[in-house]
Amino acid sequence: MTALLQIKDLYAGVAENKKEIIKGLNLTINAGEVHAIMGPNGAGKSTLSYLLAGKSDYEITSGKIDFDGKDLSELTTSERANAGIFLSMQYPVAIPGVSVSSFLKHAVNAKRKYAGLPELDAAEFLKVLRTAAKELGVSAEMLKREINVGFSGGEKKRLEILQMRLLEPKLAILDEADSGLDIDALRIVAEGVNRLHNKDNALLIITHHLDLLNLIEPDFVHIYADGHIVRSGDKSLAEALEKDGYKSFLEA
Amino acid sequence: MTEQAELLKELENQKYKYGFVTDIEADTVPRGLNEDIICLISAKKQEPAWLLEWRLKAYRHWQTMSEPHWAKLEFEPINYQNLFYYAAPKQKIKPQSLAEVDKNLLETYDKLGIPLKEQEALAGVVAVDAVFDSVSVATTYRAQLAEKGIIFCSISEAIKEHPELVQKYLGSVVPYTDNFYACLNSAVFTDGSFVYIPKGVRCPMELSTYFRINAKNTGQFERTLIVAEDDSYVSYLEGCTAPQRDENQLHAAIVEIVVLNNAEVKYSTVQNWYPGDEYGNGGVYNFVTKRAACRGQNAKISWTQVETGSAITWKYPSCVLQGDNSIGEFYSVAITHHHQQADTGTKMIHIGKNTRSKIISKGISAGHSNQTYRGLVDVAAKASNARNFSQCDSLLIGNKCGSHTVPYIRNRNKSAILEHEATTSKISDEQLFYCQQRGIGEEEAIGLIVNGFCKEVMQNLPMEFAIEAAKLINISLEGSVG
Repeated sequence: MTALLQIKDLYAGVAENKKEIIKGLNLTINAGEVHAIMGPNGAGKSTLSYLLAGKSDYEITSGKIDFDGKDLSELTTSERANAGIFLSMQYPVAIPGVSVSSFLKHAVNAKRKYAGLPELDAAEFLKVLRTAAKELGVSAEMLKREINVGFSGGEKKRLEILQMRLLEPKLAILDEADSGLDIDALRIVAEGVNRLHNKDNALLIITHHLDLLNLIEPDFVHIYADGHIVRSGDKSLAEALEKDGYKSFLEA
Repeated sequence: MTEQAELLKELENQKYKYGFVTDIEADTVPRGLNEDIICLISAKKQEPAWLLEWRLKAYRHWQTMSEPHWAKLEFEPINYQNLFYYAAPKQKIKPQSLAEVDKNLLETYDKLGIPLKEQEALAGVVAVDAVFDSVSVATTYRAQLAEKGIIFCSISEAIKEHPELVQKYLGSVVPYTDNFYACLNSAVFTDGSFVYIPKGVRCPMELSTYFRINAKNTGQFERTLIVAEDDSYVSYLEGCTAPQRDENQLHAAIVEIVVLNNAEVKYSTVQNWYPGDEYGNGGVYNFVTKRAACRGQNAKISWTQVETGSAITWKYPSCVLQGDNSIGEFYSVAITHHHQQADTGTKMIHIGKNTRSKIISKGISAGHSNQTYRGLVDVAAKASNARNFSQCDSLLIGNKCGSHTVPYIRNRNKSAILEHEATTSKISDEQLFYCQQRGIGEEEAIGLIVNGFCKEVMQNLPMEFAIEAAKLINISLEGSVG
């Protein structure tokens, strides 16, 4: 079986000032797996997620990322999304005047077009949207609102999960999905994610806390510091980390 | 509404076409402007003496005026003696099939969702009559309007058939002395539309100046007059989303609207004249005077415009709020790209008591274009309790374009409450990234974000018009990034 995501000897950083943030990263993720990356602030965790998603501010200096049999560097940001990479953002941005439903229709149809499927018309799309929203407990009122405008932290994350449900990614990256959420909201997000996870897709969870990993059970936990993985293990590694802090791992 | 029904509905309002003067001899009228030419125009149109006299007065006054240059627009002086003032469209070699038509033009038609048959007509491959057997449909609706006493015809026709109405109102809102371009228009206007809604009548359909296809017949010096009697209502649509390639560089139109007691007029425009190429060559110079007078109490006028075309736009649709409790609204989206220049806005003149006005202006600049919002809110000494709310938002795409906001406020009454809000923003990289991360391509993402930015204005357009206008915004901004 070929890996869904394979990162080999990756060195990368900020395009503008050539600052290297990722230094010698190796990571393999197979379909069906849940990986968690934990690391101190400033370790470059978000850089990794932006790099995978193709944000233009970041660039690879050496190494390679293969996703689902394709060299990721040859795909544009939207092509990567349509090929199956979904990044649930830490701070989803507001787009005034654009309703949630209209935005999602554009996104779903972009993906269908990429896959060579006919686009959904308004009626067909609404049916799909309503089903998904109901499943995830998203109200009809929220679908009419302008995207992320005046949304609470919990609402924003819920909207991210709704998008994930509609776009059915092969690899979902949850970047600090727990930031700014109370425990109830966190539970709702985790339930949504668990419901979507199956043997054909994979999750990459970037987090500081054990809380989320108690709700979404990881197969692998990686401790990430100074631009690369310093230790990999199972969930017990996260528990040890919670107990002893990063310091003991960084010194090891 | 299905596409077909939509077309039929547009078609029914096509009165304009039948009132149009087609005179082959027109080609023989020489270039330039003098009293003889004006007499000739008037004679060809078999106008009454009063109108010829009015035209001549306008012409004599025009000679004392000079081209205004206070707007933030740069252009070479226009040689007014080098223009044709009465000319049929130039005879061009007709394409034999769509295969011979400019590919870019066809692509644009496709993106706007214009049906193939209609594309053929727009591109001049076939005559309009070959596309629609329209006479009977048009007649049916004309009868329906006539039954209610509504007059909707070309202004030439109105001058012949309803001279008393035209004489009473023509120039009463925009006098020929108003400004250089309005004065020129008064001397030489060749056609336009006339609408009269009698007392107590609510016009049962949206009135369009012309069917999309027919738009190319629009004159350089168009003149529109709308009169809404007491307790009446009309919604009027002007223009066309399909690109209009016009050989005439100078356009100087006038729209005058009179709104009486408790009457309401909604005037919506989509302007997509040829903007010139990406290097700033060619394109229409659009100098328009549009003004509505709310003469009666509780009268209401609402202007909504989507301006994407023309190399130069000089346009300030205005509201003169004379009647007590009258309301003026201005909703505008202006998009400039490449080397387009637009200096546009509105004037709200509060004269009556308790008059209210609202200005929502959304300007989007891309490429090397330059855009200015220029607006006036004027409160007369007797206009007690006047209220205005203005919001002028600018969105910049790229870093070579310009955006300017020039709000003039003149207040002579202490009880007035005037609010002005203005923002300037750029499409953020974060917004673009967010859209792209969800699979939406860069150009589509820009279209989506810009349409969101313009939402408050777009939702004031009649439904069918709004859908086309949204597509037009996307097309207008193609190639604005990357």
